[in-house]
Amino acid sequence: MPYQYLEDVATADIAFEAWGETVEEMFKATADATMNVMVEDLNAIDSKEQKILSVEDDEIDLLLFQFLQELIFYKDAQDLLLRIEDLHIKKEDGRFSCLAEAYGEKLDAGKHALNVDIKAITLHRFEVKETLRGWEATVVLDI
Amino acid sequence: MAIPKGIKKISDTVWELPRTYSQGMRVPARVYATETLIRQMDDAVFEQVANVAKLPGILKYAYCMPDGHWGYGFPIGGVAAMDIEKGVISPGGIGFDINCGMRLVLTNLTHDEVRPYLKRLVDTIFKRVPSGVGGSGFVKVSRQEFRRVVEQGARWCIKNGYGWQEDLERTEEGGCMEGADVSKVSEKAVDRGFKQIGTLGSGNHYLEIQVAKPEDVLDKEVARSFGITKPNQVVIMFHCGSRGFGHQVATDYLRVFLKVMQSKYGIKILDRELACAPFRSPEGRDYFAAMKCAVNMAFANRQVILHRIREVFSEVFGRSAVDLGMHQVYDVAHNIAKVEKHAVNGKEQKVLVHRKGATRALAPGSQELPDIYRETGQPVIIGGSMETGSYLLAGTPASQETFYSTAHGSGRTMSRRKARKQFHSKTLLEQMKARGIYVQSASYSGLAEEAGLAYKDIDEVVAATELSGVSKRVVRFSPIGNVKG
Repeated sequence: MPYQYLEDVATADIAFEAWGETVEEMFKATADATMNVMVEDLNAIDSKEQKILSVEDDEIDLLLFQFLQELIFYKDAQDLLLRIEDLHIKKEDGRFSCLAEAYGEKLDAGKHALNVDIKAITLHRFEVKETLRGWEATVVLDI
Repeated sequence: MAIPKGIKKISDTVWELPRTYSQGMRVPARVYATETLIRQMDDAVFEQVANVAKLPGILKYAYCMPDGHWGYGFPIGGVAAMDIEKGVISPGGIGFDINCGMRLVLTNLTHDEVRPYLKRLVDTIFKRVPSGVGGSGFVKVSRQEFRRVVEQGARWCIKNGYGWQEDLERTEEGGCMEGADVSKVSEKAVDRGFKQIGTLGSGNHYLEIQVAKPEDVLDKEVARSFGITKPNQVVIMFHCGSRGFGHQVATDYLRVFLKVMQSKYGIKILDRELACAPFRSPEGRDYFAAMKCAVNMAFANRQVILHRIREVFSEVFGRSAVDLGMHQVYDVAHNIAKVEKHAVNGKEQKVLVHRKGATRALAPGSQELPDIYRETGQPVIIGGSMETGSYLLAGTPASQETFYSTAHGSGRTMSRRKARKQFHSKTLLEQMKARGIYVQSASYSGLAEEAGLAYKDIDEVVAATELSGVSKRVVRFSPIGNVKG
């Protein structure tokens, strides 16, 4: 698992770190880390429906913020639990864009062992950085 | 954790960070807590309340209530009143769960009468009031009708048969905040919320059947006025908010404010979660109108849940809710900003009060209270952890000091992930069962995160509010049945 939950960062909520060799891998890892807060076993999510997620921003960290927010949106608006299959990030004219292919299925309490719901992605200690090993992000979720 | 250097002890329950504590503070900050509680507060509380004291237009002090802990932008337990002409509005002073709040309902039943039906009551409520991740409520409305719901709040519910007329006057703002404008709300927010009316949510949201033991009725006269008249009387208390709709409104405007805060209004960004804009700016006005929609969604949500509870009790006991005396005591918001009249430096003026994990607590005599509570002061509902207990307090004249604000709950001391390691849901369930508390949960893995020991001592928190004078204790309730979100 290219992510870990942090015990002492958020008293009332949940924080995690996620990483990858490329920025795309790191984005995918944050998506799984986010979904894993709500669903115990990510392998229990079957790929029955496809969604294309497309977000843009001037800053790479706010791009990630918006991308993760899309997952929370689909969970509430369409009861969809999603995982990312393919993801591309581009920078054009100083603006970042992220296009992701997500697959998943409707939330089913009988099939998916559910944990806690996420209210929002927060900007508290939110960080995206490039390191010697690749890319890392720190995210705090409001529960 | 240590009490920060430079803090001044004003009294046994009031601590002050002077303006010299951190550069840029416009006013001092005051933390209301006993020495035990202040020692338990994480360091971030002091840093955050000091940041709040730096916001343009802040009046008197930045406050933190005794249940304070680390939050986003403001600490949880944060209170700040802003000058409406020169001050700002900040979503970080309200929270992502706009109008998260508490509602308390009476019955005329005793513990002995309820005990044989407890399991059935809890199981049925658990089925009828969806909880946990996502979830759709029983009130099915179109997106268009939902827009009316968020402009009308609990009034929409009463018009549509989900409650009693008297419920409205026993709800803060009469269950509808005037000036809600749905054109200031994104489509995304509507999409996230329109199926969720009548859902409890997750995390620390819960619905509890509780008992007022005779020894826990601390002010008999006020308790009587609030409807607690019998030994071991059973009440129902629940905690929830505006669901995905409110969360989306908060998220949308956080981004709007970040874009204009420094570039357009020249306000330095200290913490992105403390994003703000002048209250009188177009962005500030839009957010306030959108926030009111989320406030109304939460009032509607709690109103239809109350309706559901009345249905279930009525069905189980074979008597009408009226016959069972199921009057609402009150409904309080603890994540909200409101324009209120307060005395500032001896002069009454309109101010914008942010309460984030803090409850309004109007004093006896307040014109805004319904007649039934005019003499007692406002009922204040304080939720504890699912294991320990909860409180009903009353507003006091001395809370004028804090813009008539007090605590909201017990406040966490241990992170969710740590609690998960330390407590086991199964053991916890057995222990609670042995103490006569029956629990149903949407997530048993999430149950351990809500263990009593992950929270501050609720008795200490409410004692601190009474000692400091910002509210007084009326009744302590013990849980017997719990639906955990």
